[in-house]
Amino acid sequence: MSLLTIEGVWKNFHGHHVLRGIDLEVHPHEVVSLIGASGSGKSTLLRCVNLLETVDDGTIFLDGEDITDPRVNVDDTRKRLGIVFQGFNLFPHMTVLDNITLAPRRVHKVDREQAEEQAHELLAKFGLADKARAYPDQLSGGQQQRVAIIRALATQPKLMLLDEVTSALDPELVVEVLGIIRELKESGMTMILTTHEMGFCREISDMVCFLDGGVLLEKGPADKIFTDPENARTREFLRSVLETRRF
Amino acid sequence: MSDWVKSERQLQREQVRRSYARRSASIATASTIVFIVLVVWGVSNAPGWPRVRETFFNGERFAAALPDVLSGFLLNVKIFLIAEVLILVVGLLVALARGTKTPAFFPIRALATLYTDLFRGVPTILVIYLIGFGLPALRLQGIPSDLATLGIIALTLSYGAYVAEVFRSGIESIHPSQVAAARSLGLSHAKTMRFVVLPQATRRVVPPLLNDFVSLQKDTALVATIGPLEALRQAQIHTHDDFNYTPYLAAALLFILLTIPMARLTDHLAARTRRRRGA
Repeated sequence: MSLLTIEGVWKNFHGHHVLRGIDLEVHPHEVVSLIGASGSGKSTLLRCVNLLETVDDGTIFLDGEDITDPRVNVDDTRKRLGIVFQGFNLFPHMTVLDNITLAPRRVHKVDREQAEEQAHELLAKFGLADKARAYPDQLSGGQQQRVAIIRALATQPKLMLLDEVTSALDPELVVEVLGIIRELKESGMTMILTTHEMGFCREISDMVCFLDGGVLLEKGPADKIFTDPENARTREFLRSVLETRRF
Repeated sequence: MSDWVKSERQLQREQVRRSYARRSASIATASTIVFIVLVVWGVSNAPGWPRVRETFFNGERFAAALPDVLSGFLLNVKIFLIAEVLILVVGLLVALARGTKTPAFFPIRALATLYTDLFRGVPTILVIYLIGFGLPALRLQGIPSDLATLGIIALTLSYGAYVAEVFRSGIESIHPSQVAAARSLGLSHAKTMRFVVLPQATRRVVPPLLNDFVSLQKDTALVATIGPLEALRQAQIHTHDDFNYTPYLAAALLFILLTIPMARLTDHLAARTRRRRGA
């Protein structure tokens, strides 16, 4: 059974249709990438899954439960999801440790000692053991994004949503963040990610979806999409992206 | 790698900059002296100056009035300290009430909006009259009759509305992405406010809050209009002996002694915030 099922999702902002009937299934332990130009609706789709945006039509099922039903408790739904944003969005008034333990302690009612122990474990695992007491503005962009990923992991989500997590980083910092995502895949985490890193996308994704103008134009295994795309728009997009990379 | 020896060109530049700095300093000193001399000369040559000096700057009358004015001033400080705490509580609660989204709280939200609209519009002195004379006239059980207490209630109502707006602007200055991050971690609206938005917002509004409190310190004198024996009222009583206004000057000096440190603290905090953001 699929972990997440998206059926005919529509979303518009001020009369402009950003999503036009998206269908997508994500199975447990699967990594699904969303690619497409800016404004194609990738980020909006992730925000809809996280219920940060309300869908205008269609249904999203998480673990068989309709989470787009207005009677569903959004906080309970979000407890099962982790999201990481392009701009990190760490809480600047809290230390790294407090950023990570906030949700476990205040939402999942884990006691402080246990939450901090778990946070230290995660920090050590991802090479940030010495940064527990630091504040976000004392860290590099790559370190901040790794903390943001750890913060999302600390609530033990079933599904991670990664929204262009490397787009705001200098090239040499991208590597360390991609390393974490690779480790997550190895640990069996289910993930949906939007990205502009095509090489990485091809390497890590089980399934790649190409979005264009709010429509899911093409969907398939990574190798198929990158070597033999069927849709003309997909071909055009990939050619222009790879062209840019060459300069 | 060789050690850095300042080049001839750099030494010349530094010399030019030093001479510019010296010139600016001497111009500032000269213009200040000229300004003070002109003001003193202008005032002391005014035709009525001997009379003004006698009425407002009489050393004997100053010394005679100071003990009473000072004891009255302690009441001002007391009113200020109590009102300040109450204002912070009222301001924060009203600001939060205006941000609630729960439908059951709609009346509270509407009431909070009405309150800020109303009390920012009514002059403080009228609020003091209304509370000072109107509230006891209701003859309800449990309404305080102490004039200073009534003054504190009036000041709290008046300043609470301003402070609520300061808090609200602080809350609204927190970027929506912070709320999105907190909500996506599963924090409820209330928990997001408490752990993420308010801690950041209160830090930002400290300088404008202190500014309001500088203003509150002197507005405690308005409570004199309903009668408690605070500094202005004591000074007023002394002037009634012979229509010499020097006691007012004594009261003014005491207020300045209290507000200047507060104003400097405000500037200091504002400068610190600027430095942190800049660097």
